[in-house]
Amino acid sequence: MVGNADLFVNWARKSSLWYLLFATACCGIELMQAGASRYDLDRFGAVFRATPRQSDLMLVAGTITHKMADRVKRLYEQMPEPKYVIAMGSCANTGGPFYKDSYCVVKGVDLLIPVDVYIPGCPPRPEALIDGIMRLQKIIMQKKNYGAKA
Amino acid sequence: MEAQAIFDTLKGKFGDAVVALQSEGFSPAFVVVAPAAVNGIARFLKDDPALSFDSLMCLSGVDYRDRLAVAYHLHSMKHRHAIGMKAFLPGEAPSLPTVDDVWPAANFQEREAYDLFGIGFEGSKDLRRILLPEDWEGHPLRKDYKYPDFYHGIKV
Amino acid sequence: MTPRANALPTQEMTINMGPQHPSTHGVLRVILTTDGEVVTRAVPDVGYLHRGLEKIGERVTYAQYMPFTDRLDYLAAMNCNCAWAWTVEKLAKIEVPERAEYLRVIVCELNRISSHLIAFGSYTADMGAFTPFLYAIRERELVNDLFEMICGNRLTYNYARVGGVSGDAPPGFLEKTKEFLDYFEPKLDEYNNLISYNKIFVHRLANVAVIPAGEAIAYGLTGPNLRGSGVPFDLRKDEPYSVYPKFDFKVCVGTGERGTLGDCFDRYMVRINEMRESVKIVRQAVAQIPDGPVLAKVPRVFKPPVGETYFRSECPRGETGIYLVSDGSVNPFRLKIRTGSFVAMNLFEKVTRGLMIADIVAVIGSFDIILPEIDR
Repeated sequence: MVGNADLFVNWARKSSLWYLLFATACCGIELMQAGASRYDLDRFGAVFRATPRQSDLMLVAGTITHKMADRVKRLYEQMPEPKYVIAMGSCANTGGPFYKDSYCVVKGVDLLIPVDVYIPGCPPRPEALIDGIMRLQKIIMQKKNYGAKA
Repeated sequence: MEAQAIFDTLKGKFGDAVVALQSEGFSPAFVVVAPAAVNGIARFLKDDPALSFDSLMCLSGVDYRDRLAVAYHLHSMKHRHAIGMKAFLPGEAPSLPTVDDVWPAANFQEREAYDLFGIGFEGSKDLRRILLPEDWEGHPLRKDYKYPDFYHGIKV
Repeated sequence: MTPRANALPTQEMTINMGPQHPSTHGVLRVILTTDGEVVTRAVPDVGYLHRGLEKIGERVTYAQYMPFTDRLDYLAAMNCNCAWAWTVEKLAKIEVPERAEYLRVIVCELNRISSHLIAFGSYTADMGAFTPFLYAIRERELVNDLFEMICGNRLTYNYARVGGVSGDAPPGFLEKTKEFLDYFEPKLDEYNNLISYNKIFVHRLANVAVIPAGEAIAYGLTGPNLRGSGVPFDLRKDEPYSVYPKFDFKVCVGTGERGTLGDCFDRYMVRINEMRESVKIVRQAVAQIPDGPVLAKVPRVFKPPVGETYFRSECPRGETGIYLVSDGSVNPFRLKIRTGSFVAMNLFEKVTRGLMIADIVAVIGSFDIILPEIDR
């Protein structure tokens, strides 16, 4: 009984991941192109929302600088539960090409907020982004929402 | 007009404030001026009909290890010629008059030079950090800048 | 707005149009002080994408800096790559083979088309019309396919090299380019029919943020922003570089056709017309391209002579000028990049006084700014 409720809730959550339009740099363009004509993200039920209060997926696409860091945290805190974070691109994973010599780039967004899926690439192709979202959907399907806590 | 002719015109008008002409290996050539005279020379470069440098292409700070400099690249829409102007500054408390009343395009670029080099611009209508956070310490583009270890608890 | 004698007293409010906003073309923060819907002061706060590209330039070699120029203006990455290559070649006086210059012009103009497509698509999306965005991305994907053919990447190309380009056009590239141009040229008329002269769109853009020509020059505007104010200054024609003198194309200027000369609509139409001219240039380049090598012999450990140079080229967002100081070593000594968007933000506060909040979005879109150009 509880298993079926889990299944139903997880299926509903994974099929309508509304993502926050958080595009900082180049990966943002690949995100926009993934959501637009050829690689349509809408067929996964994922539409973009401009405000974090109506979204459950934060796709951090682009470099995060120290000036931007506390805004990222605040946006994450404004999202309602359950929320997921995908770090898209090298800059969000580890700081990217700016890892070695830059003085004001946060070396990976996981220093600020917990990340569920990392998508490598600079920028990752829209197919890679779709692959990352599908992995997140698999993670969501595994979650146990009801029943005895382990 | 050729760079030498522009230099001679400026030397004739401003005398000792115009120090030298850097032309070998410099494209466009640079007229080196004394920092205090920058505003007066800039106004003359803009208003004089034969020169009429009405467009400031670029304003940048440079750190030459032993001293700083501010380099101006100017262009004239009317005569289609270009010249550079440079003012050398000491490493401690560098400061020179602003040119944003002559070319309003200078304001953001002067703020950037202040932010990244620490060069003060006297008389600027708005001089604050533009690219780095307000509470950042130090001026990164200087050659002797040491990267900080942490900023607000996050490793740099 | 003059208050009526019996109007309610109002108070100004400060609204933050924050770094995360769907219409600010990146992480731009605008601090608005408004009296109701009318903005009394709009101060831009930039620097949320400052990655220290100029300091990085002092720590890597000339060839290693090429991928960083991609990230400078990622919608026109080919133009930025080529600007860096041209600057270093000017400093070191390197002769570039002619086929390489033709390939550079072809990819730069194709990139101008795809950059203006995004400018057009996102501008209309900001104004509320979502469909043209999908049309623009459909065309842009075709250009991405062409670029993938020639260099392997869709967005950050790293195609130009100091002395030429990294690889020759594969067989079939020039034919596919011609096919794309034949397909694309009638689309511009389709866009004009779809949205450009739509009554609501024109009403939102005409007479908003008028910039007279003298003010545009004094504030250092360049590129389509300057030409939208009626100044016919295009670096490809007035200070020609590379093989641009061999091509025949028009310089598009604003005409004030639906409002005052220098308003948002003029800047928008300049971009649409520039796409048409770029198609012309690419057609001529594909017809005239000679055979030959694509990369000049540049020493592996490249040390240019001591000196300083300034080179500017016409990028889709304005002129990109690179001031390069070299002290004879393998790393640049100082590298300053002057971009059209940074200088355009200078004018933002002045031009937005007295506009409504919705017009702020129109102004940001008409300047076609992109944040990495501003913040570097």
